[in-house]
Amino acid sequence: MADMSKVFEYAPAPESRDIARLKPSYQIFVNGEFRDGGSEPVKTINPADETPLAEVAEAGPADVDDAIRAARRAYEGVWSTLSGASRGKYLYRIARAVQERARELAVLESLDNGKPIRESRDVDIPLAAAHFFYYAGWADKLEHAGFGPAPRPLGVAGQIIPWNFPLLMAAWKIAPALACGNTVVLKPAETTPLTALVLAEIIAEADLPPGVVNVVTGGPSVGQAIVSHDGVDKIAFTGSTEVGKSIQRALAARDTKLTLELGGKAANIVFDDAPVDQAVEGIVNGIFFNQGQVCCAGSRLLVQESVADEVTDSLKRRLTTLRVGDPLDKNTDVGAINSAAQLARVRELAESGTEEGAVRWSPPCELPGRGYWFAPTVFTDVSQAHRIAREEIFGPVLSVLTFRTPDEAVLKANNTAYGLSAGVWTEKGSRILAMAARLRAGVVWANTFNKFDPAAPFGGYKESGFGREGGRHGLEAYLDV
Amino acid sequence: MLTERLAPDLVADVTRDDASLRRYLHGLPGVDQVGAEARAQVLATRSIKTTAKAWAIDTSIAMVDLTTLEGSDTPGKVRSLCAKAVRPDGRAADGGAPQVAAVCVYPDLVATAVSELRGSTVRVASVATAFPSGRSSLATKLHDVSDAVAAGAGEVDMVIDRGAFLAGRYRQVFDEIVATKAECGAAHLKVILETGELATLDNVRRASWLALLAGGDFIKTSTGKVSPAATPPVALVMLEAVRDFAAATGQRRGVKLAGGIRAAKEAVRYLVMVNEVAGEEWLTPALFRFGASSLLNDLLLQRHKLATGAYDGPDYVTVD
Repeated sequence: MADMSKVFEYAPAPESRDIARLKPSYQIFVNGEFRDGGSEPVKTINPADETPLAEVAEAGPADVDDAIRAARRAYEGVWSTLSGASRGKYLYRIARAVQERARELAVLESLDNGKPIRESRDVDIPLAAAHFFYYAGWADKLEHAGFGPAPRPLGVAGQIIPWNFPLLMAAWKIAPALACGNTVVLKPAETTPLTALVLAEIIAEADLPPGVVNVVTGGPSVGQAIVSHDGVDKIAFTGSTEVGKSIQRALAARDTKLTLELGGKAANIVFDDAPVDQAVEGIVNGIFFNQGQVCCAGSRLLVQESVADEVTDSLKRRLTTLRVGDPLDKNTDVGAINSAAQLARVRELAESGTEEGAVRWSPPCELPGRGYWFAPTVFTDVSQAHRIAREEIFGPVLSVLTFRTPDEAVLKANNTAYGLSAGVWTEKGSRILAMAARLRAGVVWANTFNKFDPAAPFGGYKESGFGREGGRHGLEAYLDV
Repeated sequence: MLTERLAPDLVADVTRDDASLRRYLHGLPGVDQVGAEARAQVLATRSIKTTAKAWAIDTSIAMVDLTTLEGSDTPGKVRSLCAKAVRPDGRAADGGAPQVAAVCVYPDLVATAVSELRGSTVRVASVATAFPSGRSSLATKLHDVSDAVAAGAGEVDMVIDRGAFLAGRYRQVFDEIVATKAECGAAHLKVILETGELATLDNVRRASWLALLAGGDFIKTSTGKVSPAATPPVALVMLEAVRDFAAATGQRRGVKLAGGIRAAKEAVRYLVMVNEVAGEEWLTPALFRFGASSLLNDLLLQRHKLATGAYDGPDYVTVD
């Protein structure tokens, strides 16, 4: 949005949407072929302006059954007996193709999800390719991974992924599964199916044997069909804690392996000796990256009381430079919320913050008239009892709390049902190590936040789930160990 | 601490001796190098196009201190540089490129530059204080300054004693800046930190504050004789320093980046950094400068490309 009162107004720098090569309709991918689904197709929309992007096939129960049977045949017939080196070869091929089509995937991801092109271009897509490269390297080295001399795959993996990092989550799930010799049935999120279907195209072009990867799109009923099917040996789910619990209940009496990566309410802890400018960047990156729609988002800022004013003042000044708007503009920092339902949830929780007595602040920013938008928001004077300090908002809303001593910081940080991630900001190395040992979180970042690497395991404690993705640890979820 | 207002008596207190200065400078928040580099990198991804680019290129030209600092400098060389400073693209100001901010020379050539630039708004800057090493007695350094000022320099670019800084003799560095400032009289003082020799970003932050507390009107990265010179993370830390100093004292001081900036694209990226780190108030030649020589020609080539859609060859800008 042009603001003529600015000295240096950045002219619009939009990435062309033609690069996404949007098709009018997309089909499901079963047994190496694209086909229509058994249920009525649905429209996927652009959350930035609520316009329809394309029609996407909706898988019916028969499609899920076909996909799982195809995966079983592929597992028994080819994939489980193929040499590790050959599986690696296919994975490298996929990785390179993702890189080659990176621009197309980035624009498509921003259109379908609402995230800024800077993030899809610089984070989502390169990391997705990196995951395929990383696990391609493990495929022929599994006997050296520390899971016994000849670790066996599990079989058919049903994988259900969320809408916040559509392609990246597909890569997190598919790459280790295939590297270990499993075959997969992947269900992308209902609101963001497009990049996973382009990935299916890439997989088809990479000549993977039919059935090794199947992609079935649709709503919760498709996920339920996968979970309740007795042909799956493993379920991997990333999403809300509520759905995760219901999956675990459904699998309670079955011999199906399960890994869950669920919600979070991470504490980002800033000590008085922190590098303040970098801490402020880390706070911004922690909660406004991907509009805060990140399970490991640093949604609770715990700042030492002696520097609380200085840090919040610096933070607010920094937030006035955030550019909110068109996700395809290369200068956009904060894009659109993914769906109307999510926006309603963010709004409802933010309102509870005001009602319960916290002080709400947002930088001056003009939001587009159409689409699902929510201004970056900071709540100060938040106490542990407030809903905004306890419930996962999954939006660009930061709750600021204070602490006086390291013990109090640990106590407050751990005082949550979740345990996915945490951040520690201090120039004192010994304090970082001491804090990391006491924080009940799967990932603890020191002087950084939301930093991902395929070699680093990721996963949670408590209601944030179990199992690890990424790194050598990520292999365990797909091996019979 | 930074947000507390820094009253004059507090400045006197923290600069009383080496120990007080050390406590103050080492009490500033640390700089995490990885984080600073990452921030600089993200800022460099801003995409500046069309009208924004045209504005940034003209603004950059107006911020250039056109510099020649060679042993082989002659009055002839300085005269040709001055002509270019006034009319960078050889055209009249109307529709042509704007004038640069200043011409920067050694003290013995100040008089030549002053007479050449008489009647124009381009300022004359002179390096001084035993530039570039600063390895001389204070008396000699001050004599260097008074020579330049007497010859008509409106701006003086001094170097700090990096040896004293690295040895922890902060009070000595402080005193030399104060003495130089006094010698400058009405001339503006730019304090060269030579960040390539200070090595760490923590040191860059401390040296920046030291220079600002001592009364420097500008803090400047480098002499151009040491590599690395101006880098994005160093510029970031220095811009944070003037921003925080303004918040603490109400006084806006300038930043000059010098050495190694040759491409218009880099200059535009630095303006983005100024805009988003220090703030738009700093987007003026009064508070931000580029010390450069070859940068100007690339700015002119890009300016022409933007206006006409075609690149000029290198023979269409003057070589000085």
